Amino acid sequence: MVEIKALPQVEIKNLYGGYDHETVLEDINLTIWKNDFIGLIGPNGGGKTTLLKIILGLLPPKKGSVRVMGQPPQKGRQHIGYVPQFAIFDSDFPISVYDVVKMGRLSGKRIFKRLTDKDNDIVEEKLARVDLLDYKNRGIRELSGGQRQRVYIARALATEPEMLLLDEPTISVDFESRKKIYELLHNINQQGVTILLVSHDLNVISSYVKTIGCLNRNFHYHGEKEITEAMLQAGYNCPVDLIAHGLPHRVLADHQEGR
Amino acid sequence: MAEMLSYGFMQNALMAAVLVSLVSGVIGTLVVLKRMVFISGGVAHTAYGGVGLAFYFGVNPILGAVAFSLLASFLMGYVQRKTRQRQDTLIGVMWAIGMAIGIIFADLTPGYKADLMSYLFGSILAVTNADLLLMLAVDILVISLVVLFYKELQATAFDETFARVRNLPVDLLYVILIAMIGLSVVMLMRVVGLIMIIALLTVPAAIGAMYLKNMKHIMWLATGLSLVFTIGGLLISYTYNLSSGATIILVSGGTYLIALALHRFCRRCPN
Repeated sequence: MVEIKALPQVEIKNLYGGYDHETVLEDINLTIWKNDFIGLIGPNGGGKTTLLKIILGLLPPKKGSVRVMGQPPQKGRQHIGYVPQFAIFDSDFPISVYDVVKMGRLSGKRIFKRLTDKDNDIVEEKLARVDLLDYKNRGIRELSGGQRQRVYIARALATEPEMLLLDEPTISVDFESRKKIYELLHNINQQGVTILLVSHDLNVISSYVKTIGCLNRNFHYHGEKEITEAMLQAGYNCPVDLIAHGLPHRVLADHQEGR
Repeated sequence: MAEMLSYGFMQNALMAAVLVSLVSGVIGTLVVLKRMVFISGGVAHTAYGGVGLAFYFGVNPILGAVAFSLLASFLMGYVQRKTRQRQDTLIGVMWAIGMAIGIIFADLTPGYKADLMSYLFGSILAVTNADLLLMLAVDILVISLVVLFYKELQATAFDETFARVRNLPVDLLYVILIAMIGLSVVMLMRVVGLIMIIALLTVPAAIGAMYLKNMKHIMWLATGLSLVFTIGGLLISYTYNLSSGATIILVSGGTYLIALALHRFCRRCPN
Protein backbone atom coordinates (compact mmCIF):
# COMPACT_ATOMS: atom_id res chain seq x y z
CA MET A 1 0.00 0.00 0.00
CA VAL A 2 1.39 3.34 -1.01
CA GLU A 3 0.85 5.96 1.61
CA ILE A 4 0.45 9.55 0.66
CA LYS A 5 2.53 11.23 3.28
CA ALA A 6 2.45 14.66 1.73
CA LEU A 7 -0.40 16.07 3.77
CA PRO A 8 -0.18 16.20 7.53
CA GLN A 9 -3.68 16.32 8.98
CA VAL A 10 -2.61 17.38 12.40
CA GLU A 11 0.68 19.05 13.09
CA ILE A 12 1.63 19.84 16.66
CA LYS A 13 4.91 21.52 17.47
CA ASN A 14 6.43 22.16 20.90
CA LEU A 15 3.01 22.27 22.47
CA TYR A 16 2.45 23.09 26.12
CA GLY A 17 -1.10 22.82 27.31
CA GLY A 18 -3.24 22.76 30.40
CA TYR A 19 -5.44 24.89 32.59
CA ASP A 20 -5.05 28.04 34.64
CA HIS A 21 -2.52 26.90 37.18
CA GLU A 22 -1.34 23.60 35.90
CA THR A 23 0.45 22.41 32.85
CA VAL A 24 -0.68 18.98 31.77
CA LEU A 25 1.16 18.66 28.50
CA GLU A 26 4.83 19.43 28.00
CA ASP A 27 6.63 19.88 24.75
CA ILE A 28 4.38 17.70 22.64
CA ASN A 29 5.32 17.06 19.02
CA LEU A 30 3.03 15.04 16.86
CA THR A 31 2.33 14.84 13.17
CA ILE A 32 -0.61 12.78 12.04
CA TRP A 33 -0.53 11.76 8.41
CA LYS A 34 -3.43 10.90 6.22
CA ASN A 35 -4.68 7.33 6.61
CA ASP A 36 -2.97 6.75 9.90
CA PHE A 37 -4.76 4.96 12.70
CA ILE A 38 -3.18 6.15 15.92
CA GLY A 39 -3.96 4.65 19.27
CA LEU A 40 -3.22 7.04 22.08
CA ILE A 41 -2.72 5.50 25.48
CA GLY A 42 -1.66 6.80 28.86
CA PRO A 43 -2.76 7.03 32.46
CA ASN A 44 -5.69 9.06 33.72
CA GLY A 45 -4.62 12.63 34.16
CA GLY A 46 -1.87 12.08 31.63
CA GLY A 47 -3.35 14.74 29.38
CA LYS A 48 -5.17 12.68 26.77
CA THR A 49 -8.38 14.63 26.99
CA THR A 50 -6.48 17.92 27.17
CA LEU A 51 -4.67 17.07 23.96
CA LEU A 52 -7.95 16.23 22.23
CA LYS A 53 -9.46 19.52 23.38
CA ILE A 54 -6.52 21.43 21.96
CA ILE A 55 -6.72 19.61 18.63
CA LEU A 56 -10.45 20.39 18.51
CA GLY A 57 -9.85 24.06 19.28
CA LEU A 58 -11.83 23.85 22.51
CA LEU A 59 -8.84 24.83 24.61
CA PRO A 60 -6.13 27.25 23.50
CA PRO A 61 -2.57 25.96 23.79
CA LYS A 62 -0.34 27.62 26.36
CA LYS A 63 2.61 27.57 24.03
CA GLY A 64 3.54 26.04 20.73
CA SER A 65 1.58 25.58 17.54
CA VAL A 66 -1.26 23.37 16.41
CA ARG A 67 -2.47 23.07 12.85
CA VAL A 68 -5.41 20.95 11.78
CA MET A 69 -5.66 20.30 8.04
CA GLY A 70 -3.14 23.10 7.66
CA GLN A 71 -5.42 25.57 9.44
CA PRO A 72 -5.91 26.80 12.99
CA PRO A 73 -7.89 24.19 14.96
CA GLN A 74 -11.05 26.29 15.11
CA LYS A 75 -11.23 26.23 11.32
CA GLY A 76 -9.67 22.87 10.64
CA ARG A 77 -11.92 21.05 13.10
CA GLN A 78 -14.78 21.10 10.66
CA HIS A 79 -12.98 18.24 8.92
CA ILE A 80 -12.79 16.21 12.11
CA GLY A 81 -15.55 13.84 13.08
CA TYR A 82 -15.60 13.90 16.86
CA VAL A 83 -16.87 10.96 18.89
CA PRO A 84 -17.08 12.07 22.51
CA GLN A 85 -16.70 10.03 25.60
CA PHE A 86 -19.79 7.97 26.06
CA ALA A 87 -19.97 8.49 29.80
CA ILE A 88 -20.50 12.25 29.65
CA PHE A 89 -23.92 11.96 28.08
CA ASP A 90 -27.27 12.37 29.58
CA SER A 91 -28.37 8.85 28.79
CA ASP A 92 -31.98 9.81 29.35
CA PHE A 93 -32.14 12.54 26.72
CA PRO A 94 -35.29 12.19 24.64
CA ILE A 95 -34.12 12.04 21.05
CA SER A 96 -34.24 9.53 18.25
CA VAL A 97 -31.21 7.81 16.76
CA TYR A 98 -31.95 9.45 13.44
CA ASP A 99 -32.02 12.95 14.91
CA VAL A 100 -28.71 12.41 16.66
CA VAL A 101 -26.99 11.38 13.45
CA LYS A 102 -28.61 14.30 11.66
CA MET A 103 -26.66 16.63 13.94
CA GLY A 104 -23.60 15.62 11.96
CA ARG A 105 -25.05 17.53 9.02
CA LEU A 106 -25.17 20.82 10.92
CA SER A 107 -22.46 23.38 10.65
CA GLY A 108 -21.86 27.04 11.36
CA LYS A 109 -22.28 27.84 7.68
CA ARG A 110 -25.72 26.32 7.40
CA ILE A 111 -27.54 27.92 10.26
CA PHE A 112 -30.58 29.32 8.51
CA LYS A 113 -30.72 26.59 5.91
CA ARG A 114 -32.99 23.61 6.02
CA LEU A 115 -31.49 20.19 5.72
CA THR A 116 -32.04 18.66 2.29
CA ASP A 117 -32.88 15.25 0.89
CA LYS A 118 -29.20 14.76 0.32
CA ASP A 119 -28.56 15.27 4.02
CA ASN A 120 -31.18 12.66 4.82
CA ASP A 121 -29.56 10.25 2.36
CA ILE A 122 -26.22 10.75 4.06
CA VAL A 123 -27.76 10.14 7.47
CA GLU A 124 -29.33 6.89 6.27
CA GLU A 125 -26.12 5.81 4.61
CA LYS A 126 -24.07 6.37 7.77
CA LEU A 127 -26.67 4.58 9.89
CA ALA A 128 -26.41 1.63 7.54
CA ARG A 129 -22.63 1.89 7.78
CA VAL A 130 -22.73 1.29 11.53
CA ASP A 131 -25.42 -1.33 11.10
CA LEU A 132 -28.15 0.59 12.90
CA LEU A 133 -30.51 1.58 10.11
CA ASP A 134 -33.24 -0.58 11.63
CA TYR A 135 -32.93 1.41 14.83
CA LYS A 136 -33.28 4.85 13.32
CA ASN A 137 -36.63 5.61 14.92
CA ARG A 138 -35.68 4.28 18.33
CA GLY A 139 -34.96 6.63 21.18
CA ILE A 140 -31.29 6.88 22.00
CA ARG A 141 -32.07 5.94 25.60
CA GLU A 142 -33.44 2.59 24.48
CA LEU A 143 -30.09 1.47 23.10
CA SER A 144 -27.29 -0.47 24.69
CA GLY A 145 -23.97 1.22 25.39
CA GLY A 146 -22.33 -0.29 22.33
CA GLN A 147 -25.18 0.66 20.03
CA ARG A 148 -25.18 4.18 21.36
CA GLN A 149 -21.48 4.47 20.70
CA ARG A 150 -22.06 3.38 17.11
CA VAL A 151 -24.70 6.10 16.79
CA TYR A 152 -22.07 8.66 17.76
CA ILE A 153 -19.68 7.18 15.24
CA ALA A 154 -22.41 7.49 12.60
CA ARG A 155 -22.96 11.11 13.62
CA ALA A 156 -19.23 11.79 13.26
CA LEU A 157 -19.23 10.07 9.85
CA ALA A 158 -22.19 12.18 8.77
CA THR A 159 -19.91 15.22 8.90
CA GLU A 160 -17.99 13.51 6.07
CA PRO A 161 -14.71 13.96 7.89
CA GLU A 162 -11.10 13.58 6.82
CA MET A 163 -10.35 12.26 10.24
CA LEU A 164 -12.16 10.65 13.16
CA LEU A 165 -11.23 11.53 16.69
CA LEU A 166 -12.51 9.22 19.38
CA ASP A 167 -12.26 9.69 23.13
CA GLU A 168 -12.46 6.37 24.99
CA PRO A 169 -15.15 4.95 22.72
CA THR A 170 -15.39 1.63 24.51
CA ILE A 171 -15.74 2.62 28.14
CA SER A 172 -18.60 0.63 29.65
CA VAL A 173 -19.16 -1.38 26.50
CA ASP A 174 -19.18 -5.16 26.59
CA PHE A 175 -16.53 -7.23 24.86
CA GLU A 176 -18.55 -8.27 21.81
CA SER A 177 -19.65 -4.68 21.11
CA ARG A 178 -16.10 -3.54 21.62
CA LYS A 179 -14.88 -5.88 18.94
CA LYS A 180 -17.63 -4.71 16.63
CA ILE A 181 -16.68 -1.09 17.17
CA TYR A 182 -13.00 -1.70 16.51
CA GLU A 183 -13.73 -3.69 13.39
CA LEU A 184 -15.95 -0.87 12.21
CA LEU A 185 -13.17 1.64 12.83
CA HIS A 186 -10.72 -0.59 11.01
CA ASN A 187 -12.98 -0.63 7.94
CA ILE A 188 -13.53 3.10 8.10
CA ASN A 189 -9.78 3.60 8.22
CA GLN A 190 -9.32 1.30 5.23
CA GLN A 191 -11.59 3.60 3.28
CA GLY A 192 -9.25 6.50 3.76
CA VAL A 193 -10.38 8.17 6.98
CA THR A 194 -7.56 8.95 9.39
CA ILE A 195 -8.29 7.89 12.95
CA LEU A 196 -7.01 9.16 16.27
CA LEU A 197 -8.24 6.96 19.07
CA VAL A 198 -7.77 7.57 22.77
CA SER A 199 -8.22 4.48 24.86
CA HIS A 200 -7.25 2.54 27.90
CA ASP A 201 -8.06 -0.53 26.01
CA LEU A 202 -4.54 -1.33 24.84
CA ASN A 203 -5.23 -5.00 24.65
CA VAL A 204 -7.80 -4.56 21.93
CA ILE A 205 -6.56 -1.52 20.12
CA SER A 206 -3.17 -3.13 19.55
CA SER A 207 -4.81 -5.47 17.05
CA TYR A 208 -6.30 -2.66 14.99
CA VAL A 209 -4.17 0.47 15.16
CA LYS A 210 -1.26 1.27 12.89
CA THR A 211 0.74 3.34 15.35
CA ILE A 212 0.70 3.77 19.10
CA GLY A 213 1.62 6.80 21.15
CA CYS A 214 1.91 7.08 24.88
CA LEU A 215 1.01 10.27 26.69
CA ASN A 216 1.90 11.21 30.24
CA ARG A 217 2.74 14.91 30.30
CA ASN A 218 5.28 14.15 27.62
CA PHE A 219 4.57 12.25 24.50
CA HIS A 220 6.31 9.19 23.22
CA TYR A 221 5.61 8.37 19.66
CA HIS A 222 7.70 6.93 16.90
CA GLY A 223 5.15 6.56 14.19
CA GLU A 224 5.24 2.86 14.74
CA LYS A 225 3.04 0.22 16.16
CA GLU A 226 5.35 -0.55 18.94
CA ILE A 227 5.62 0.31 22.54
CA THR A 228 9.31 0.88 22.91
CA GLU A 229 11.29 0.10 25.93
CA ALA A 230 11.95 3.79 26.27
CA MET A 231 8.24 4.44 26.69
CA LEU A 232 8.07 2.04 29.57
CA GLN A 233 11.42 2.87 31.05
CA ALA A 234 10.71 6.54 31.14
CA GLY A 235 8.00 5.64 33.57
CA TYR A 236 5.00 6.52 31.53
CA ASN A 237 2.78 4.26 33.52
CA CYS A 238 1.41 2.84 30.36
CA PRO A 239 -0.84 0.04 31.39
CA VAL A 240 1.82 -2.41 32.30
CA ASP A 241 -0.63 -4.95 33.55
CA LEU A 242 -2.13 -5.14 30.11
CA ILE A 243 1.25 -5.53 28.58
CA ALA A 244 2.03 -8.33 30.95
CA HIS A 245 -1.24 -10.11 30.31
CA GLY A 246 -1.70 -11.30 26.83
CA LEU A 247 -0.70 -8.34 24.75
CA PRO A 248 0.19 -9.66 21.31
CA HIS A 249 3.92 -10.08 21.20
CA ARG A 250 4.45 -8.27 17.96
CA VAL A 251 3.33 -5.04 19.53
CA LEU A 252 6.08 -5.18 22.03
CA ALA A 253 8.81 -6.62 19.91
CA ASP A 254 8.70 -6.73 16.15
CA HIS A 255 9.13 -3.71 13.98
CA GLN A 256 6.31 -3.61 11.51
CA GLU A 257 7.20 -3.61 7.88
CA GLY A 258 5.93 -0.99 5.54
CA ARG A 259 5.37 1.65 8.18
CA MET B 1 -70.02 28.33 32.97
CA ALA B 2 -71.65 30.71 30.52
CA GLU B 3 -71.94 33.26 33.25
CA MET B 4 -68.30 32.81 34.13
CA LEU B 5 -67.22 33.32 30.54
CA SER B 6 -69.22 36.52 30.28
CA TYR B 7 -66.81 38.31 32.58
CA GLY B 8 -64.15 40.31 30.81
CA PHE B 9 -61.51 39.32 33.35
CA MET B 10 -62.28 35.67 32.72
CA GLN B 11 -61.94 36.08 28.97
CA ASN B 12 -58.61 37.78 29.52
CA ALA B 13 -57.54 35.01 31.87
CA LEU B 14 -58.33 32.34 29.29
CA MET B 15 -56.44 34.20 26.60
CA ALA B 16 -53.53 34.59 28.99
CA ALA B 17 -53.63 30.85 29.63
CA VAL B 18 -53.25 30.18 25.91
CA LEU B 19 -50.43 32.67 25.44
CA VAL B 20 -48.56 31.55 28.52
CA SER B 21 -48.89 27.87 27.65
CA LEU B 22 -47.02 28.43 24.42
CA VAL B 23 -43.89 29.73 26.16
CA SER B 24 -44.27 27.27 28.97
CA GLY B 25 -44.29 24.42 26.45
CA VAL B 26 -41.63 25.67 24.09
CA ILE B 27 -39.16 27.34 26.43
CA GLY B 28 -39.93 24.88 29.22
CA THR B 29 -38.82 22.03 26.97
CA LEU B 30 -35.49 23.71 26.34
CA VAL B 31 -35.08 24.50 30.05
CA VAL B 32 -35.71 20.90 31.01
CA LEU B 33 -33.59 19.32 28.29
CA LYS B 34 -30.71 21.71 28.82
CA ARG B 35 -30.96 21.30 32.60
CA MET B 36 -31.46 24.98 33.31
CA VAL B 37 -34.21 24.62 35.89
CA PHE B 38 -32.25 26.11 38.75
CA ILE B 39 -31.02 29.06 36.75
CA SER B 40 -34.58 29.75 35.60
CA GLY B 41 -35.74 29.78 39.20
CA GLY B 42 -32.96 32.23 39.97
CA VAL B 43 -33.96 34.52 37.13
CA ALA B 44 -37.58 34.48 38.25
CA HIS B 45 -36.81 35.46 41.81
CA THR B 46 -34.25 38.06 40.89
CA ALA B 47 -36.86 39.71 38.70
CA TYR B 48 -38.69 40.70 41.88
CA GLY B 49 -35.93 43.23 42.50
CA GLY B 50 -37.00 44.94 39.29
CA VAL B 51 -40.62 44.92 40.38
CA GLY B 52 -39.76 46.60 43.70
CA LEU B 53 -37.53 49.18 42.04
CA ALA B 54 -40.17 49.99 39.46
CA PHE B 55 -42.75 50.48 42.19
CA TYR B 56 -40.45 52.83 44.03
CA PHE B 57 -39.81 54.95 40.96
CA GLY B 58 -43.40 54.80 39.80
CA VAL B 59 -42.66 52.92 36.60
CA ASN B 60 -44.67 50.01 35.22
CA PRO B 61 -43.48 47.00 37.28
CA ILE B 62 -43.45 44.82 34.18
CA LEU B 63 -40.72 47.00 32.72
CA GLY B 64 -38.73 46.65 35.92
CA ALA B 65 -39.24 42.91 35.85
CA VAL B 66 -38.15 42.65 32.22
CA ALA B 67 -35.01 44.70 32.87
CA PHE B 68 -34.10 42.72 35.97
CA SER B 69 -34.83 39.32 34.59
CA LEU B 70 -32.80 39.99 31.46
CA LEU B 71 -29.95 41.32 33.59
CA ALA B 72 -30.20 38.31 35.89
CA SER B 73 -30.31 35.94 32.90
CA PHE B 74 -27.12 37.31 31.47
CA LEU B 75 -25.32 37.45 34.81
CA MET B 76 -26.32 33.95 35.79
CA GLY B 77 -25.65 32.65 32.32
CA TYR B 78 -22.20 34.16 32.51
CA VAL B 79 -21.59 32.61 35.91
CA GLN B 80 -22.78 29.24 34.72
CA ARG B 81 -20.56 29.35 31.66
CA LYS B 82 -17.42 30.90 33.01
CA THR B 83 -16.94 29.79 36.56
CA ARG B 84 -15.87 26.26 37.13
CA GLN B 85 -16.99 25.95 40.70
CA ARG B 86 -19.61 27.28 43.01
CA GLN B 87 -21.91 28.31 40.21
CA ASP B 88 -24.95 27.12 42.12
CA THR B 89 -23.83 29.16 45.13
CA LEU B 90 -23.39 32.29 43.04
CA ILE B 91 -26.75 31.85 41.38
CA GLY B 92 -28.36 31.23 44.74
CA VAL B 93 -26.83 34.41 46.15
CA MET B 94 -28.03 36.51 43.21
CA TRP B 95 -31.44 34.93 43.57
CA ALA B 96 -31.69 36.06 47.19
CA ILE B 97 -30.22 39.51 46.58
CA GLY B 98 -32.72 40.16 43.81
CA MET B 99 -35.61 39.30 46.07
CA ALA B 100 -34.19 41.35 48.92
CA ILE B 101 -33.84 44.41 46.69
CA GLY B 102 -37.47 44.03 45.71
CA ILE B 103 -38.67 43.79 49.29
CA ILE B 104 -36.57 46.75 50.51
CA PHE B 105 -37.76 49.02 47.74
CA ALA B 106 -41.32 47.92 48.36
CA ASP B 107 -40.81 48.92 52.01
CA LEU B 108 -39.49 52.30 50.92
CA THR B 109 -42.48 52.91 48.69
CA PRO B 110 -45.24 54.77 50.51
CA GLY B 111 -48.87 53.79 50.14
CA TYR B 112 -50.86 50.73 49.22
CA LYS B 113 -48.77 47.80 48.02
CA ALA B 114 -51.10 44.87 47.73
CA ASP B 115 -50.37 44.68 44.05
CA LEU B 116 -46.82 43.57 44.83
CA MET B 117 -48.24 40.34 46.11
CA SER B 118 -49.67 39.56 42.71
CA TYR B 119 -46.15 39.34 41.33
CA LEU B 120 -45.19 36.86 43.99
CA PHE B 121 -48.24 34.64 43.75
CA GLY B 122 -49.68 35.54 40.37
CA SER B 123 -53.11 36.80 39.45
CA ILE B 124 -54.31 35.45 36.16
CA LEU B 125 -57.68 37.06 36.86
CA ALA B 126 -56.11 40.51 36.90
CA VAL B 127 -54.47 40.25 33.47
CA THR B 128 -55.13 43.45 31.52
CA ASN B 129 -55.39 44.02 27.79
CA ALA B 130 -51.94 45.61 27.89
CA ASP B 131 -50.58 42.49 29.58
CA LEU B 132 -52.11 40.36 26.85
CA LEU B 133 -50.43 42.44 24.17
CA LEU B 134 -47.09 42.09 25.92
CA MET B 135 -47.60 38.33 26.19
CA LEU B 136 -48.47 38.11 22.53
CA ALA B 137 -45.31 40.02 21.63
CA VAL B 138 -43.17 37.72 23.77
CA ASP B 139 -44.86 34.67 22.23
CA ILE B 140 -44.17 35.85 18.72
CA LEU B 141 -40.57 36.71 19.48
CA VAL B 142 -39.79 33.52 21.37
CA ILE B 143 -41.48 31.17 18.95
CA SER B 144 -39.87 32.82 15.92
CA LEU B 145 -36.45 32.46 17.50
CA VAL B 146 -37.02 28.83 18.37
CA VAL B 147 -38.29 28.04 14.88
CA LEU B 148 -35.33 29.86 13.35
CA PHE B 149 -32.70 28.12 15.48
CA TYR B 150 -34.53 24.88 16.18
CA LYS B 151 -31.96 22.38 14.95
CA GLU B 152 -29.07 24.27 16.48
CA LEU B 153 -30.83 24.66 19.83
CA GLN B 154 -31.52 20.95 19.83
CA ALA B 155 -27.92 20.13 18.98
CA THR B 156 -26.50 22.33 21.74
CA ALA B 157 -28.97 20.95 24.26
CA PHE B 158 -27.93 17.42 23.44
CA ASP B 159 -24.18 17.76 23.06
CA GLU B 160 -22.64 21.18 23.30
CA THR B 161 -19.10 20.03 22.60
CA PHE B 162 -20.06 18.41 19.35
CA ALA B 163 -22.01 21.53 18.39
CA ARG B 164 -18.92 23.62 19.06
CA VAL B 165 -16.73 21.37 16.96
CA ARG B 166 -19.25 21.84 14.15
CA ASN B 167 -18.68 25.59 14.60
CA LEU B 168 -22.24 26.30 15.65
CA PRO B 169 -22.50 29.63 17.52
CA VAL B 170 -22.92 27.87 20.85
CA ASP B 171 -22.38 30.95 23.02
CA LEU B 172 -24.71 33.13 20.98
CA LEU B 173 -27.38 30.44 21.14
CA TYR B 174 -26.95 30.29 24.88
CA VAL B 175 -27.42 34.04 25.19
CA ILE B 176 -30.53 33.88 23.02
CA LEU B 177 -31.93 31.02 25.06
CA ILE B 178 -31.31 32.68 28.38
CA ALA B 179 -32.84 35.95 27.18
CA MET B 180 -35.88 33.97 26.06
CA ILE B 181 -36.04 32.41 29.51
CA GLY B 182 -35.90 35.88 31.08
CA LEU B 183 -38.82 37.11 28.96
CA SER B 184 -40.85 33.96 29.56
CA VAL B 185 -40.34 34.32 33.27
CA VAL B 186 -41.87 37.80 33.28
CA MET B 187 -44.82 36.49 31.34
CA LEU B 188 -45.39 33.53 33.62
CA MET B 189 -45.04 35.80 36.63
CA ARG B 190 -48.41 37.37 35.81
CA VAL B 191 -50.09 34.02 35.84
CA VAL B 192 -48.62 31.90 38.62
CA GLY B 193 -46.32 34.35 40.38
CA LEU B 194 -42.57 34.22 40.46
CA ILE B 195 -42.41 31.78 43.35
CA MET B 196 -44.16 29.10 41.35
CA ILE B 197 -42.90 29.83 37.85
CA ILE B 198 -40.51 26.94 38.00
CA ALA B 199 -43.38 24.47 38.11
CA LEU B 200 -45.09 25.75 35.00
CA LEU B 201 -41.78 25.99 33.18
CA THR B 202 -40.72 22.44 34.02
CA VAL B 203 -43.65 20.16 34.76
CA PRO B 204 -45.32 20.07 31.32
CA ALA B 205 -41.99 19.61 29.53
CA ALA B 206 -40.79 17.02 32.01
CA ILE B 207 -43.92 14.94 31.45
CA GLY B 208 -43.46 15.27 27.71
CA ALA B 209 -39.81 14.23 27.92
CA MET B 210 -40.78 11.14 29.88
CA TYR B 211 -42.95 9.74 27.14
CA LEU B 212 -41.75 11.22 23.85
CA LYS B 213 -38.43 11.32 22.05
CA ASN B 214 -38.88 14.09 19.53
CA MET B 215 -38.23 17.60 20.83
CA LYS B 216 -40.91 19.13 18.62
CA HIS B 217 -43.49 16.67 19.89
CA ILE B 218 -42.43 17.33 23.46
CA MET B 219 -42.94 21.04 22.88
CA TRP B 220 -46.43 20.45 21.52
CA LEU B 221 -47.44 18.09 24.28
CA ALA B 222 -46.00 20.40 26.93
CA THR B 223 -47.95 23.32 25.47
CA GLY B 224 -51.12 21.26 25.55
CA LEU B 225 -50.52 20.09 29.11
CA SER B 226 -49.73 23.59 30.23
CA LEU B 227 -53.00 24.76 28.72
CA VAL B 228 -54.91 22.02 30.53
CA PHE B 229 -53.18 22.85 33.81
CA THR B 230 -53.76 26.60 33.64
CA ILE B 231 -57.35 26.41 32.48
CA GLY B 232 -58.14 23.46 34.76
CA GLY B 233 -56.53 25.22 37.71
CA LEU B 234 -58.33 28.42 36.85
CA LEU B 235 -61.75 26.71 36.79
CA ILE B 236 -61.12 24.88 40.05
CA SER B 237 -59.89 28.03 41.75
CA TYR B 238 -62.90 29.95 40.46
CA THR B 239 -65.34 27.30 41.59
CA TYR B 240 -63.91 26.87 45.09
CA ASN B 241 -62.69 30.41 45.53
CA LEU B 242 -58.99 29.51 45.84
CA SER B 243 -55.80 31.28 44.74
CA SER B 244 -55.53 30.71 41.01
CA GLY B 245 -51.71 30.54 40.88
CA ALA B 246 -51.40 27.95 43.62
CA THR B 247 -54.28 25.90 42.23
CA ILE B 248 -52.67 25.82 38.79
CA ILE B 249 -49.41 24.65 40.33
CA LEU B 250 -51.07 21.94 42.40
CA VAL B 251 -52.90 20.65 39.33
CA SER B 252 -49.62 20.47 37.38
CA GLY B 253 -47.61 19.11 40.28
CA GLY B 254 -50.21 16.43 40.97
CA THR B 255 -50.29 15.42 37.32
CA TYR B 256 -46.51 15.24 37.29
CA LEU B 257 -46.43 12.86 40.23
CA ILE B 258 -49.05 10.65 38.61
CA ALA B 259 -47.16 10.68 35.30
CA LEU B 260 -43.93 9.83 37.08
CA ALA B 261 -45.56 6.96 38.94
CA LEU B 262 -47.11 5.62 35.73
CA HIS B 263 -43.80 5.90 33.95
CA ARG B 264 -42.01 4.00 36.71
CA PHE B 265 -44.80 1.50 36.82
CA CYS B 266 -44.80 0.63 33.15
CA ARG B 267 -41.18 0.45 32.13
CA ARG B 268 -42.29 -0.78 28.75
CA CYS B 269 -44.25 2.31 27.85
CA PRO B 270 -43.79 3.38 24.23
CA ASN B 271 -40.79 5.57 24.24
